Amino acid sequence: MSELVLTLLRLGFLVLIWLLVVVTILVLRRDLRAPRDARPLVATAGPTSKPAKARPERAPKVKTGPRSLVVVEGPLTGTVIPLGTGDVTIGRAADSTLVLDDDYASNAHSRLTLTNGTWVVTDLGSTNGTWVDRSRITGPTPLTLGHQLKVGRTVLELRR
Amino acid sequence: MSTLTRASAVPRYRQPTRRGAEAGLFLLAFAVGATAYVQVDLAMLGKVADDTVRVLSAVAALLLVVHLAVRLRATYADPIVVPTIATLNILGLAMIHRLDLAEVQRAARNGGVAPPPDVYSQLTWTALGVVLFVAVLLVVRDHRTLQRYTYTAMLAGLVLLLLPLAPFVGATVNGATLWVRLAGLSFQPGELAKILLTIFFAGYLTVTRDSLALVRTKVMGIELPRGRDLGPLFVAWFVSLAVLVFERDLGTSLLFFGLFVSLLYIATQRRSWLVLGAVLFITGAVFAYLAFGHVRLRVDVWLHPFADEADTSYQIAQSLYGFASGGMFGSGLGQGYPQLVPYAKSDFILAAFGEELGLIGLMAMLVLYGIVVERGLRAAIACRDVFGTLLAAGLSISLALQVFVVVGGVSRLIPLTGLTTPFLAAGGSSLVANWLAIGLLIRISDSARRPDAESVSLEDAPTQVVPL
Repeated sequence: MSELVLTLLRLGFLVLIWLLVVVTILVLRRDLRAPRDARPLVATAGPTSKPAKARPERAPKVKTGPRSLVVVEGPLTGTVIPLGTGDVTIGRAADSTLVLDDDYASNAHSRLTLTNGTWVVTDLGSTNGTWVDRSRITGPTPLTLGHQLKVGRTVLELRR
Repeated sequence: MSTLTRASAVPRYRQPTRRGAEAGLFLLAFAVGATAYVQVDLAMLGKVADDTVRVLSAVAALLLVVHLAVRLRATYADPIVVPTIATLNILGLAMIHRLDLAEVQRAARNGGVAPPPDVYSQLTWTALGVVLFVAVLLVVRDHRTLQRYTYTAMLAGLVLLLLPLAPFVGATVNGATLWVRLAGLSFQPGELAKILLTIFFAGYLTVTRDSLALVRTKVMGIELPRGRDLGPLFVAWFVSLAVLVFERDLGTSLLFFGLFVSLLYIATQRRSWLVLGAVLFITGAVFAYLAFGHVRLRVDVWLHPFADEADTSYQIAQSLYGFASGGMFGSGLGQGYPQLVPYAKSDFILAAFGEELGLIGLMAMLVLYGIVVERGLRAAIACRDVFGTLLAAGLSISLALQVFVVVGGVSRLIPLTGLTTPFLAAGGSSLVANWLAIGLLIRISDSARRPDAESVSLEDAPTQVVPL
């Protein structure tokens, strides 16, 4: 074997092994960005059969009103639900917008609807009721910024 | 429950399995390994030997078996771990082949007979490891079943750990009593004990972590665990000291204790365990240094590698010369003199890589180890049950500790201990045991990433009424 070939092989191998490392890291990065590895941090609003990515084009943002619904207490604390114009359903049912893993929540617990620029909460006949600021709601109740919505053990707030 | 349990929700889209990415990585892994193997032949023989083609086809067949097994039996498992492990394993084969050829050349020069090549037995052990890897995926359908065998695993693990001390079967090789000889076959049971004890630690801590984490007493203003909760920590400490004293195996002792303390920390999330562990470790280390000649010798050789270069520190000095002559880019595979280091095929295989691939190549290999550990810990985080979390974390940490101890020893960062380099070094027990461990890790990773059906069953359960 000539010296030149061996030198090329020597350096080529180093390039090759680092190529392997880089490709592995690229796969790893794509894996990190995969929609859900351990648990969802961001649930999506609107009809739930569509994947999250299709959302922004369909739902024009409301300029002044709240932009998101945030879980501030309970097992899903930190979950952010971006708000569009579609309804937001909360409950244990798999097709809810926010799926609660909570023994004290009903399958279909409550619904938020955008009516004339205001988000209105309706209880869907839940066992333990829907609460706004410590009082159990009896009919459609407007929910505004700074007020807390309680469903089961989960507390939610609107955020801008 | 504590922070180890996780909220689960139903995914609204199909979770990608990433098996295609894994297949691609397998191809790349084979390309890297085959290039290394062929390069050894070209540099040392000037041509590609017929045997090389045979070895590489066998390797390719093994990779195919592994890939198919994962695809069929652990569909959602991590796509990165196994190809990375495979790369390291093939690189190990290439380096052992390279050192075999060096022995043949030396024998030809001196007119002696070359010892039988080790690469074929290493390949056979690799095949056995792969078979056991597949067997784990087939037999262990759900890692949670292993929790039932917590105490069985402890008993079996301790028996295996202490088996080399038993009369008739135990054997002492190079000063360390960690071999078992039966019917002409020798095996290091400590390697298998490592996995069994990880299963025991995980199962034990799953049950006891709450009392270990929550119950505290105050001693002189410092919050400490209760005396009775400290028991297991002391048992682990004494057993690892016993291994050190009677089997003279520094590495296993260190690995065993380090693993237990790390798992205690992960299970309880209390830093005080780390402090206690460190205190116990330092006490044990000082005691061992004062009481045992072989430990003192290791430390002296570590501090003054060039003081007695011809005798006691010959190996570590040669290893350091190897790293130095390799430099940044290395001498190239088959073009250095790694055979000058005693036990270059097993304990000092990293020195051989350091010489022939240089710092750049060695760093790539260390990054590969790091990636495997990262993926293992990620599987631990994503795992939905505490036992799986602890088991995956334990398996990854034991790999990390082992690599740290070996690399640290060979490069003189810490005193040299007798641990094998996982997947690289010649040695069947370690290779087989490590493939088994990777099998378990893949099983856990598969269940962690599999879209769950749990929320559906929750949905059917009646809603509980808040007591008012």
